[in-house]
Amino acid sequence: MNRYDAMFRRLGARNEGAFGAFVTLGDPDLATSSDILDALVEGGADMLEVGIPFSDPVADGPVIQAASVRALAKGVTPADCFALLTHFRSRHPDIPVGLLTYANIVVARGREAFYQAARSAGVDSVLVADVPVFEAAPYLAASRASAIAPVLIAAPNTPESTLRRLAAEGEGYTYCVARAGVTGADEEVRFGHSQLLGTLKAFGAPPPVFGFGISRPDHVAAALDAGAAGVISGSAIVRLIADNPGEEADAVRGFVADMKAATRR
Amino acid sequence: MLMDGRFGAFGGAYVPEILMPALEMLEKAFLDAQQDEAFRKELGDLLLKYAGRPTPLTRCRNLGNDRARIYLKREDLLHGGAHKTNQVLAQGLLAKRMGKTRIIAETGAGQHGVATALTGALFGLETRIYMGAHDVERQKLNVFRMQLMGAEVIPVTSGGQTLKDAVNEALRDWTASFEDTHYLLGTVAGPHPFPLMVREFQRIIGKEARAQILEEEGRLPDAVIACVGGGSNAMGMFADFVEDEAVRLIGVEAAGRGIEGDEHGATLLRGRPGILHGAETYVLQDVDGQIADTWSVSAGLDYPAVGPEHAHLKDSGRGEYVGATDREALDAFALLARSEGIVCAFESAHALSHALKMAEAATEDTVLVVNLSGRGDKDMEQAQRLLSGDAA
Ligand SMILES: Cc1ncc(COP(=O)(O)O)c(C=O)c1O
Repeated sequence: MNRYDAMFRRLGARNEGAFGAFVTLGDPDLATSSDILDALVEGGADMLEVGIPFSDPVADGPVIQAASVRALAKGVTPADCFALLTHFRSRHPDIPVGLLTYANIVVARGREAFYQAARSAGVDSVLVADVPVFEAAPYLAASRASAIAPVLIAAPNTPESTLRRLAAEGEGYTYCVARAGVTGADEEVRFGHSQLLGTLKAFGAPPPVFGFGISRPDHVAAALDAGAAGVISGSAIVRLIADNPGEEADAVRGFVADMKAATRR
Repeated sequence: MLMDGRFGAFGGAYVPEILMPALEMLEKAFLDAQQDEAFRKELGDLLLKYAGRPTPLTRCRNLGNDRARIYLKREDLLHGGAHKTNQVLAQGLLAKRMGKTRIIAETGAGQHGVATALTGALFGLETRIYMGAHDVERQKLNVFRMQLMGAEVIPVTSGGQTLKDAVNEALRDWTASFEDTHYLLGTVAGPHPFPLMVREFQRIIGKEARAQILEEEGRLPDAVIACVGGGSNAMGMFADFVEDEAVRLIGVEAAGRGIEGDEHGATLLRGRPGILHGAETYVLQDVDGQIADTWSVSAGLDYPAVGPEHAHLKDSGRGEYVGATDREALDAFALLARSEGIVCAFESAHALSHALKMAEAATEDTVLVVNLSGRGDKDMEQAQRLLSGDAA
């Protein structure tokens, strides 16, 4: 069984939602980033979503943009990220790890080579933020060829025809954007997703995980109440990294523990 | 989508899923409008009575030589000061047709921002312009013009603080605002349907120029020449000549401080295929796919990607792409002012510079048409500074 299915089964048996933690790899530097990944697991994250730093992250708000800037300033490359993940995987054999990246990073290496490198680094899934279902075919093919789960994005405004394809082609989980706009740590969140979730379920899509804006334990509880199988919190964690120089790992460990606690019902 | 948005291997729509419905709506509105007599009439009237089309084709009296005649397509005389107005009026009408109440745009030189601002004022649309902080500094007059017409100008401080970064910010805005907002993209780059749509709305340039040169010379030109930033004035000039196989289509990129180094905007000359701002196209980037910072004396050519149709014209061999350095462009700019009494935009001076080289090298009767994409008002302050050494 793949790591996502195993995770959802284990959590389902305990009536828990999945807590996913997002960070940008190499932020603020490679060594600290490695410690941060360990701390996310120690804090209780059920799955990790990790970004490869990119110069032009159009789907990201200021907090995650700044993380890319910090990592790139340290000269962090995709090859460094794969090496970091390879070491991480040797310490943590079971946790699902998803890569989040942009199309140009993938095609610069060559699509097949990129997915192969991800596989070798112990990555379970790849989500390419600027590849919609409309352009997904060659990415899906390369993903499958390397036994990587392609994660696709569903938004509240995504038409049914696209959701149908997404349900058939996506694997691992379905990334549901919780709201319009770019990534960020919101104060208030509201989920009007019942129709989207109903459609995804009817089409047999992989479990829906909500991302974008989720930054507090009450957001986690609200998302799970709305029918999500899990949540991903990114900007809130990345901001803690920026705000706690020298104590990044401790800061994120505590935050993740609080967020994870809200997934237990 | 009704179309695949491809030009050969290039183009497509690489955007976050949440933007796809907005692009689909735009594609449909564009295709419907193209068939709608009322839309075409309203746009035609605006171009004629508000923007000042047709623009003249001016034969240079003093530039060129007894073998080569240089003609200038005078988009500098268009209302707004550049070719941008052609397609911005059209997209403004589309925005209204789609029921949008707000428009956003990126701008480099500020010309697209100015055109968007005038359209916003004309049609009563709330207008926000994203502009790299570096460009805000070097195109101050255009910032003020935009503000005068009621637009809000947001300086963008990420990345190299130029056009690329302004596009990023506009895209980010649009992913949150698409319900009531149209992203009025300024060139033939970006996701489908922008490259196709903007080309069609700029086609009028070449269409007029073709008829005008036939009238003047009784024959087609040997080459049409245009500068290439994102590529809209060039595609507008090229579109009606693509089928005329004897007419060379020449795009001039910003060679900045020299294409051997890193300080240029010569995407087709020095880039390789990649994906940026929604399209598969040539991109200036490093080996890992990080987008390069660019340099050009002209803010409008300071961009690391290029419209996907140019990528296709290059690879198919139909288009030829060359560079002009900052220095060459400045020289052409000054020469045009002195010899013809025309002060053009720095961007357009790149195209002229190449035409002057071709005229010099001509061995037989040669007719060249240069797209003079804009006027130089916005560049006065910079020109004064850069040329003061020469004048002394
Ligand atoms: C006068 C002028 N020419 C050319 C350009 C470059 O754009 P494009 O390549 O889309 O024509 C600009 C852009 O700002 C401009 O202002």
